[in-house]
Amino acid sequence: MSRHTLSVLVENKPGVLARVASLFSRRGFNIDSLAVGPTEHPEISRMTIVVNVDELPLEQVTKQLNKLVNVIKIVELDPDQSVQRELLLVKVKADQATRSSVLETVQLFRAKVVDVAPDAVTIEATGNADKLDALLRVLEPFGIKELVQSGMVALARGSRSITERNTLRTVERTA
Amino acid sequence: MTTAETVTGAQSLVRALEELAVDVVFGIPGGAILPAYDPLFDSARVRHILVRHEQGAGHAATGYAQATGRVGVCMATSGPGATNLVTPIADAYMDSVPIVAITGQVPSGAIGTDAFQEADICGITMPITKHNFLVQDAAEIPRVLAEAFHLAASGRPGPVLVDIAKDALQAKTEFSWPVQMQLPGYRPFTRPHGKQVREAARLIVEAKKPVLYVGGGVLKARAAAELRMLAELVGAPVVTTLMARGAFPDSHQQHLGMPGMHGAVAAVTALQKCDLIIAIGTRFDDRVTGKLATFAPNATVIHADIDPAEISKNKTADVPIVGDARDVLNELTAAVRDEIADGRTPDYSSWWRQCADWRSRYPLGWEPESDGSVAPQHVISRLGALAGPDAIYVAGVGQHQMWASQFISYENPYSWINSGGLGTMGFAVPAAMGAKVGCPDKLVWAIDGDGCFQMTNQELTTCAIEGIPIKVAVINNGSLGMVRQWQTLFYGSRYSNTDLKPGKTYLPDFVKLADAMGCVGLRCESEADVDATIEKAMSVTDAPVVVDFVVGKDAMVWPMVAAGTSNDDIKVARDTAPDFDYEMGEIVSEGGEH
Repeated sequence: MSRHTLSVLVENKPGVLARVASLFSRRGFNIDSLAVGPTEHPEISRMTIVVNVDELPLEQVTKQLNKLVNVIKIVELDPDQSVQRELLLVKVKADQATRSSVLETVQLFRAKVVDVAPDAVTIEATGNADKLDALLRVLEPFGIKELVQSGMVALARGSRSITERNTLRTVERTA
Repeated sequence: MTTAETVTGAQSLVRALEELAVDVVFGIPGGAILPAYDPLFDSARVRHILVRHEQGAGHAATGYAQATGRVGVCMATSGPGATNLVTPIADAYMDSVPIVAITGQVPSGAIGTDAFQEADICGITMPITKHNFLVQDAAEIPRVLAEAFHLAASGRPGPVLVDIAKDALQAKTEFSWPVQMQLPGYRPFTRPHGKQVREAARLIVEAKKPVLYVGGGVLKARAAAELRMLAELVGAPVVTTLMARGAFPDSHQQHLGMPGMHGAVAAVTALQKCDLIIAIGTRFDDRVTGKLATFAPNATVIHADIDPAEISKNKTADVPIVGDARDVLNELTAAVRDEIADGRTPDYSSWWRQCADWRSRYPLGWEPESDGSVAPQHVISRLGALAGPDAIYVAGVGQHQMWASQFISYENPYSWINSGGLGTMGFAVPAAMGAKVGCPDKLVWAIDGDGCFQMTNQELTTCAIEGIPIKVAVINNGSLGMVRQWQTLFYGSRYSNTDLKPGKTYLPDFVKLADAMGCVGLRCESEADVDATIEKAMSVTDAPVVVDFVVGKDAMVWPMVAAGTSNDDIKVARDTAPDFDYEMGEIVSEGGEH
């Protein structure tokens, strides 16, 4: 098994997320992470889906996704040739005794403090999964009160765009 | 381009159906769809057939589509009306049948409130439709209808559901035609890849033991003539799956029959031992492959299908070809001709000796019933002989379905309609009704089991009222025969809940039931009367006919590859495997001694 990052351009219509989720569930594919949001084209949304599958099931995933009428285009992003980011918000215990240590950790990870209370701080951090895991390991001893993490979003490096008008209708077929 | 005119959403729907050349809709009205039924009442071009159960409407749409190649249409109201369509929609999805289901939905303001007769039919049918639409704006109705019909019929066909909120049907809107479809993500048209086609042709002429494995996609592509052209050019054995019966004439000398769980020994074994599979419009279903890991272990696989997701889904394809079966067959024929013109002519003579030997040693057949009752296979075989190859045969699901596939000779495409993928009991009567509506000049026989028949026979009332004179042969063994067969073989003959009638009673009495529904009812209880009863049924042309063929309940479907086992373990009768180890030379010399 290996992790694959798929960028999926879909029509920005109600129910499309449900169709994608239902497809994954019905065909027995596991989603590691899913993020969806608007793009520079109002009629198109972009999903970033991380799946943990072998090569052959991955081919099935993309072929089945391609059959969804609302799916416009699917591109697999190479982790080495793309920027991949997740967002983490974490509320950590921080009283007078520990606050300076917590803030030092925030600086080390180039994270930032977005909210402060007498006994806690809320930290915002972005990065790939490894960096965020490392940050959480360091914060753990202080006491994590609550955390929330987004799905991964990713863009290929370089100047090419997968949403350019002239590339939107290209046929993506593997067979 | 017609000029826009102001209409209601409901009128817009009926106008769109007319523009789409829909000639018949099977359905039942109800609260949420009621606005649509008012203008439908006035339509001179769209005939509405009032069924007795929405499931009947859905299967009728499928029967119509399978018989004619046109999109079948069914209509129902919200909630229970829509959920009653779920089974036929799932059935059409599994067998890639182009149907459009139109359902009413509660008014858009009430959606999500658990309103009376509200069901999220789009959510429910998401995994069993090619696509579905929820329409809440009357202006979208013509475009969505055009898209629905286009999606249903193009590429790999399939069911499409259009759910329309009641207020959208009631609202004022403008109707104009034609409409501009908006399907940026839908690209079903792919040409077969020339390089792959040439590679396939090369493999075909080099192969020593090829088999053409033909599926329902060939019928969907209306490519029976193209298939025959390639098959006769190449000279390879042909097998036709349950969904492809009729795509290649059963009487053709290259035809080895149906492969799969109840396939002919020659067809199953040829696939199993071949060195090249040429798969066209088929999906390597588990009922064909048996235990996948042991299926056709020495075969190189050429797999052509219009749906790229089918290629290498179950069995890895060495040469994948994405395309419509007709294009693929035409281009493959041309490419093989080029190979032959260059002096590379296939030679399958020793393979044919082997296949012909399997065919002659293990023909399909049956034993008489030990208790003297009528053999169901005899009834079906005589029905095929007397009704002939120009009739349309529509089966339910179970033993009778397998026998109807085995013992009727299908010479023409679209003469065999059944529920293959989903295996929907109750399919036959409503599907036969739909086939007869689509092909009124054809003789249409439903071949049904008594279990299946009791699920959907109420549509015979529809047939009687609407003047749809189908014929139904109920193969009545008083039990759920296929399940009983499995109980005999795998559950120590413990017949848990498969006996449908107590003793030798007629309960229900299908002759009286037929009469009550406005049909002619006949009964046949001896083999001597089979032909005369069939002739009598066929002499009735002005009413539906139900023939209750009372048959033995111990007959079993053979050959059989038990579920989950290898095709190598095919049995021709209980505990009897074909003998593949003998030398053909021995048989020849044995023959010489006699």
